[in-house]
Amino acid sequence: MLKIKNLKASINNKEILKGINLEVKPGEVHAIMGPNGSGKSTLAAVLAGNEVFEVTEGEITYLGEDLLNLSVEKRASKGIFLGFQYPIEIPGVSMVNFMKSAVNEQRKTRGEEPLTASAFLKLMREKKEIVELEAKLTNRSVNEGFSGGEKKKNEIFQMAMLEPKLAILDETDSGLDIDALRIVANGINKLKTKDNATIVITHYQRLLDYIVPDFVHILYNGRIVKTAGKELALELEEKGYDWIKSQID
Amino acid sequence: MEWGWGEALKNNQMKDIKDINQKYIDLYTKNKDILHSNSSEFVNQIREKAFGAFQTLGIPTKSNEEYKYTDLSNTFSKDYTNYLNKKCENLNIESIFKCDVINLDADVFYLSKGWYQNTEKIKTYNNGVIIGSLKAVSEKYPDIFNKHYSKYADCTKDGLVALNTSLAQDGLFIYVPKNVKAEKPIQLINLLLDNNDEFSNVRNLFIIEDNAKVDIIFCNDSLTENTFLTNSVTEIFVGENAHLNYHKVQNDHNKSSNISSTFIHQSANSNVESVTISLIGGLIRNNLTVVLDGKGANNNTYGISLADKKQHMDNYSFIHHKEAHCDSAQLFKNILDDSATGAFNGKVLVDRNAQKTNALQSNKNILLANNAKMNTKPQLIIYADDVKCSHGATVGQLDESAMFYMRARGIGKKEAKMLLMYAFAFEIIGKIKVEELRNNIEDLVIRRLNGELGLCKNCSQRVIN
Amino acid sequence: MKENEDKILDEVTNSDYKYGFVTDVDNDDIGKGLNEDVVRIISSKKNEPEWLLDYRLKAFRHWKEMEFKNWAHLDIPEINYQDIIYYSAPKPTKVLDSMDDVDPELRKTFEKLGIPLDEQKMLSGVAVDAVIDSVSVKTTFKENLAERGIIFCSFSEAVRDYPDLVKKYLGSVVPYTDNFFAALNSAVFSDGSFCYIPKGVRSPMELSTYFRINAANTGQFERTLIVADDDSFVSYLEGCTAPQRDENQLHAAIVEIIVNKGAEVKYSTVQNWYPGNKEGLGGIFNFVTKRGIIGESGKLSWSQVETGSAITWKYPSCILKGDNAIAEFYSVAVTNNYQQADTGTKMIHIGKNTSSTIISKGISAGKSDNSYRGLVKVLKGAENARNFSQCDSLLLGDKCGAHTYPYIEVDNNTAVVEHEATTSKIGEDQIFYCNQRGIPTEEAIGLIVNGYAKDVLSKLPMEFAVEAQKLLQISLEGSVG
Repeated sequence: MLKIKNLKASINNKEILKGINLEVKPGEVHAIMGPNGSGKSTLAAVLAGNEVFEVTEGEITYLGEDLLNLSVEKRASKGIFLGFQYPIEIPGVSMVNFMKSAVNEQRKTRGEEPLTASAFLKLMREKKEIVELEAKLTNRSVNEGFSGGEKKKNEIFQMAMLEPKLAILDETDSGLDIDALRIVANGINKLKTKDNATIVITHYQRLLDYIVPDFVHILYNGRIVKTAGKELALELEEKGYDWIKSQID
Repeated sequence: MEWGWGEALKNNQMKDIKDINQKYIDLYTKNKDILHSNSSEFVNQIREKAFGAFQTLGIPTKSNEEYKYTDLSNTFSKDYTNYLNKKCENLNIESIFKCDVINLDADVFYLSKGWYQNTEKIKTYNNGVIIGSLKAVSEKYPDIFNKHYSKYADCTKDGLVALNTSLAQDGLFIYVPKNVKAEKPIQLINLLLDNNDEFSNVRNLFIIEDNAKVDIIFCNDSLTENTFLTNSVTEIFVGENAHLNYHKVQNDHNKSSNISSTFIHQSANSNVESVTISLIGGLIRNNLTVVLDGKGANNNTYGISLADKKQHMDNYSFIHHKEAHCDSAQLFKNILDDSATGAFNGKVLVDRNAQKTNALQSNKNILLANNAKMNTKPQLIIYADDVKCSHGATVGQLDESAMFYMRARGIGKKEAKMLLMYAFAFEIIGKIKVEELRNNIEDLVIRRLNGELGLCKNCSQRVIN
Repeated sequence: MKENEDKILDEVTNSDYKYGFVTDVDNDDIGKGLNEDVVRIISSKKNEPEWLLDYRLKAFRHWKEMEFKNWAHLDIPEINYQDIIYYSAPKPTKVLDSMDDVDPELRKTFEKLGIPLDEQKMLSGVAVDAVIDSVSVKTTFKENLAERGIIFCSFSEAVRDYPDLVKKYLGSVVPYTDNFFAALNSAVFSDGSFCYIPKGVRSPMELSTYFRINAANTGQFERTLIVADDDSFVSYLEGCTAPQRDENQLHAAIVEIIVNKGAEVKYSTVQNWYPGNKEGLGGIFNFVTKRGIIGESGKLSWSQVETGSAITWKYPSCILKGDNAIAEFYSVAVTNNYQQADTGTKMIHIGKNTSSTIISKGISAGKSDNSYRGLVKVLKGAENARNFSQCDSLLLGDKCGAHTYPYIEVDNNTAVVEHEATTSKIGEDQIFYCNQRGIPTEEAIGLIVNGYAKDVLSKLPMEFAVEAQKLLQISLEGSVG
């Protein structure tokens, strides 16, 4: 599904990703862990197509296509979803309008008919339950006045609405208390099928108690320095990031 | 009711203002020789140019948008005993007057009607700092002086600056060289202690070079009950990464008019905090122009005016963002009692290339009495898109529910009112960086809010005598 | 992304002004130039009574003594007032009175503009007075309204049929001495709308005036007078368009509104005069004086969406004269290319317990300049006056300007006046967020701008709001650079 080869990316001429290699197949869950500043969020942003970052080398193929040639919204309509670490507030734009535009634009690009208003609202109602999102939140402006936990739930709700093939969840667990974490993680699990894949980016192991990864990668200083099964996360939790640093430096 | 936005002058007002302007034009023409004999060739050239500008501009009237809320015609049309002093030195102020800000350890310099009073004309320090009479410095250090004098205070924009530049003869000069941190705060006290009605022009120039740091306190005190009109101009150059904390305290009386124009020119990464405390004055008009002329410059400007009786206090500020990544914040407050009037006229201009500007502008006012009046005009003029600019203005009273809450806890009405006013004022006073000064101002403000004369002890004794 | 946005910007700014066509009808005009004779001719062409001619002449003589002062943030080219035709009317096929015989060409014009003049074809909720160049060509639903005592007709008819009412109120809110353009209008105004709602009557439908400039070289000087008697209610809509021409055309109108005790008037405008082309050539110079006076417990609400005109100079204002009067001003002003707008309001609090609200949203794009200018004045006797103002500016691109000039003058210590303003751009992060959800940039900007202007759009009557939203989209989509 996704193949990343020797990916290098920089911002303001400062190299952040220094040669990433990664392959993700349908049905897999990958966890990317690493200390602050290792390049986790940059990798997520580059996959989504944020042009603040400049890709200087390497290639990414997604469903057999050169991903780097596609605009942000093209990538989205081809099934790439980024769960933002800091979801953006858009004052005055209601969640309903926002989602309706997103769903129907994506359908349009795929050559599908737009959803009718009633079909759309029905879909909203169904999907809200997945993350136990309070009804009133969808009547508000996008992320405006949402608590930290509500914003993260809202990200997963949008993921449910858009049914992506590849979801990249950037620190979706940060700032969540244990109950909210469980709800969000359950939501993610409910959305999992054998055809889609998930990349979970996290700093902490605790999310992986709920979302069981097939692979755990450790990103350090712009490179994936270690890849193993889910046990790696536990080992990392126990020994800390200094353990990785001491192995590398 | 006049419906247009600009204020039109009536015919008789036009005539009055013409007469007033003529009076000051004559003043210069008649005294030109004296003025010129007192100053360097360089200064006199600028003088001539400024006089030319004054003839065109004149004293600003209410039809001038920048002076819409302050009528200067009264104070300028009054007859003063003296308009120009040939010399006014060695009043021996150092020995007769001591500022009693408790524990304030500062280097103190005195001016009277703009004339420098310390016996030592130019004081030089081991670290290279030079402080002294503007006139003396212009002769002794022409290189430093000529580089900066009249470079920041534009004579062609404001008639009052032009008038000052035409007529001013002396004032304080401060030079803090590169990488030097002035050890003590520098305090400048401009005293009016004449038994005549006086018009005077004060001219200061402060140069803070790259990486230098200094605290400056500028006090204005009127010690005799005569009618005074002071028109001062202070130019401040702040070099790269330099730091300046600038404080201005205005402690005049109901018969004094204090017009004070300050021009601060900031280089890259420089940092200026200025606090203006206007305690008493018949008419106070503060003009502050800040030019942020280098990336990363930061300016915070605060001011509070406490006016009662028929006092009029007007703060005008113009913050010009010329370069990217600069931040500015302004907070001006007024507490107006009796028939006092307050005005705020703030302007933030963000140039096309001044991207990533953060600019805040806030004006908050409390009207305590039914005859008090407030006019405010906070403006944003923005040509760059990647900016965060905001402004706000409020006019109102003390928070009724807070009053009630306090009274419900047994605090008397008067005390509750004091507490709230003090809290309102403290947001500004708290910004004063020099601790001793801050403590003293707190005292003065509390006294002032209690309706007492907000003067330091030594100053108030002089007034009573 | 930048390139892509520039492309979208290009497409949008190149998109044609939809209403730029010219209608081919015979015009009866009086030639260029302005002097007392011209004023007399206009008056006689309209068979006006003596008192009205006197009013015009007084205004003209006053105007001649006046000098135009430009205190606004506008670059206004010198206007040659002798180079303008002050009266132009489509030649009626029959006598003007027979309303069913509107020239088919004109009928077509209004149909093209989406304003059918056939009552059967119309939305039953709106009565329209259609004004082309200097005269009103048709007022619909007059009879239905008359049943309730509502007078809704052209200004000329009102002068003929209800002279006492006109005489009583004309110039009572905007005297001819008010300002340069008000004086000019008072001398040469040709037509406009008149509306009177009797005591206690709620207008069953929205009343609307549709203004159209058609002929070349003409100025449009219309006058609207609305009188809402005690405890009445009316919602009034105003729309405007003009053909695309390379020369500038002057529009100087006056709107006067009298809101009596307990009455409510809602006045909504979608101003879409031709804005000039993308090089800044042509377009309407729009100098308008709009003002209302509000009696005890009355309410006046101005809503405006300003997207057109090369120059907009307009400050719909309220005099809150009676105790407990309420005034509102909601504005969205959009400028693109070389457009300039200096617009806002004045709220004059005279009565006790009066309250006013100002919500202004400025949007600048291209090389335009957009200024908010507002005055909140609380007079000495206005105990417990309240005002809240929120004036935001949004910048799209780095070649435009957004400016805020609020004036607050408070002369009563029981007043509470609050003003807030922010200036910001459409955040790249907001666009990226939308993109990531699959929403293309131009759509995203439309969403964000409409979200930004929502507080104001929601105040417009339904069908107007839809039109306004579309206009915003057309004027702006994608113009982030």
